Amino acid sequence: MDTSNSAGSSGPKTLIEKVWDRHVVHAAEGEPSLLYIDLHLVHEVTSPQAFDGLRLTNRPVRRPELTVATEDHNVPTADIDQPIADPVSKAQVDTLRKNCDEFGVQLYSMGDINQGIVHVIGPELGLTQPGMTVVCGDSHTSTHGAFGALAFGIGTSEVEHVLATQTLQQSAQETMAITVNGELPEGSTAKDVVLAILGAADTGGGIGAIAEFRGPVIEALSMEGRMTVCNMSIEFGAKAGMIAPDETTFEYLKGRPNAPTGAEWDAAVADWKTLRSDEGATYDREIVLDGADIVPFMTWGTNPGQVAPISANVPDPADFDDPGASDAASRALEYMGLTAGTPLKEVPVDTVFIGSCTNSRIEDLRAAAAVAKGRKVKDGMRTLVVPGSGLVKQQAEAEGLHTIFTDAGFNWREPGCSMCLAMNPDKLAPGERSASTSNRNFEGRQGRGGRTHLVSPAVAAATAIAGTFATPADLD
Amino acid sequence: MEPVAIVQGTAVPLDRSDVDTDQIIPSDWLKRVERTGFEKGLFSEWRDGEDFVLNNEDYAGANILLGGPNFGTGSSREHAVWAIQQYGFAAVISPRFGPIFKNNSTKNGLVPVEVDIETAEALMAAVQADPTLEITIDVERATVEAPAIGLSSTFDLSESIRHRLLNGLDDIGLTLQQVDKIDSFEGSRPSYMA
Repeated sequence: MDTSNSAGSSGPKTLIEKVWDRHVVHAAEGEPSLLYIDLHLVHEVTSPQAFDGLRLTNRPVRRPELTVATEDHNVPTADIDQPIADPVSKAQVDTLRKNCDEFGVQLYSMGDINQGIVHVIGPELGLTQPGMTVVCGDSHTSTHGAFGALAFGIGTSEVEHVLATQTLQQSAQETMAITVNGELPEGSTAKDVVLAILGAADTGGGIGAIAEFRGPVIEALSMEGRMTVCNMSIEFGAKAGMIAPDETTFEYLKGRPNAPTGAEWDAAVADWKTLRSDEGATYDREIVLDGADIVPFMTWGTNPGQVAPISANVPDPADFDDPGASDAASRALEYMGLTAGTPLKEVPVDTVFIGSCTNSRIEDLRAAAAVAKGRKVKDGMRTLVVPGSGLVKQQAEAEGLHTIFTDAGFNWREPGCSMCLAMNPDKLAPGERSASTSNRNFEGRQGRGGRTHLVSPAVAAATAIAGTFATPADLD
Repeated sequence: MEPVAIVQGTAVPLDRSDVDTDQIIPSDWLKRVERTGFEKGLFSEWRDGEDFVLNNEDYAGANILLGGPNFGTGSSREHAVWAIQQYGFAAVISPRFGPIFKNNSTKNGLVPVEVDIETAEALMAAVQADPTLEITIDVERATVEAPAIGLSSTFDLSESIRHRLLNGLDDIGLTLQQVDKIDSFEGSRPSYMA
């Protein structure tokens, strides 16, 4: 069932269809639907050409108060009282400042307590709310789906479209249920859940669909955990990933700066409680996982679908049935400098990165600090702990987490995207291998020739201490 | 954007799956605030390798990029589309595109030709065997044809995208024709959303 077809029908609806339908401004046969956008998040990388487009056509930003900008991709994570050293990065950040000033858009700049990674600040400022449509020129916008929002990444042409019209033309999508039953074993985290989903769905399994994550394992996750799961929806190709809002969601939002208050809060919660898939609603695709099977996972290859349990060996390309997958595995092992059959726990690591829009929230830092406490980072290991925002950093320091990290030999940094995509000075050198809590292990993603393995914060911290891939249990 | 009706020419075979947008244009190139000049960044890490297909003289002058499954997955960077287009490609053929890349292509007049896997594999083999193989992509009919190997296939193209590609239409202009509906929708939003 296409989401566009559900408008006006009285049958049971999925969460996806409910949120989609309440944003349709205009729909016509054979045309994409025109959807209203409740929140438009902006950063310096994908917006300059969009603002240029507005200037060329003399168009204003239609709803600047529904638009919020931050500096995250290019910003250094050390010495932030100094000007940005890279002149090209500096020019891009300066361009955002100029554009936000000219078009009346709220901007959180480097050094501001509210500055941070765009997908960290939206939720923590209470900007992201259930039932909203949220877009940003950034594929990890799916993160905000953790609140039951329909949130997806867009290109720069669409950024300009939203700036000018506060709407987007969107084609109907299929619906996809991803159900995680049972409960997680001790030691498994939200990151392991989404890595397991990626292993099952592969990089293309969600293309053409919007996913809803559901089931007891998902419901038991905190908001931080749910954001980690939704964050990586795009890594299996889904347009967006959503989770029905519940008491956990409301509890997280209550009292946040932009959350409704008083009678408006009560009205909002009453409305948000209706944002659940109806009994009997059907999905076009479904994946079902058993939580009991979800052990700590990591990626071994060069796309996020190439995952294995940390306790496994490097896979043998010859064992893949599909010739395309086998070929991709061979190519990946060559790039990654790995030999089939090697235990993953014996692979030495050079750099540990704890951060990114996937895993830089307070709970992620607490999980990593719990492992680091009273231990020492392996000699020669480079580490970066990069909080997702100024507020996360402040909270972590109030809890003394920064001292735990620095006592253990971890490097404590300022907020930003950092080594997730290496647009700032935090990069891997050619051939260097990282254990990274980020979302993409693409070739060169963290620096030209760098080799990235995606892991959870707890595994990243344990790996920093062991020197090779390790779970916290391996340290005992 | 410029209208596009027919893309006719030869193709470069990029025979690998999961070519993500970080490969198409590495993040260093994303620091630029301009909309042009991205052709040098196209596949810049792979282009340093002598045996990379874009460096093969046999394929010089090709205007169609022939990719494997899951082409353009990953980041939303529209710079990937700009780089491909500015290098000189007018269309990309793949059995499956990353969704944001595909959408971005249509906003710039780069034709995303999503064919079935058999057609993609037949074209890949044929272009690898004969770099001069002439391919014609017809946007009006949504067909891809290579007469020399007897190949004729259709591809998925919605009516609305076909119309926009053929006429080079500006989406924002089209949407602003509905501005009354946007105004009235805004009046009906819940008060807690402001």
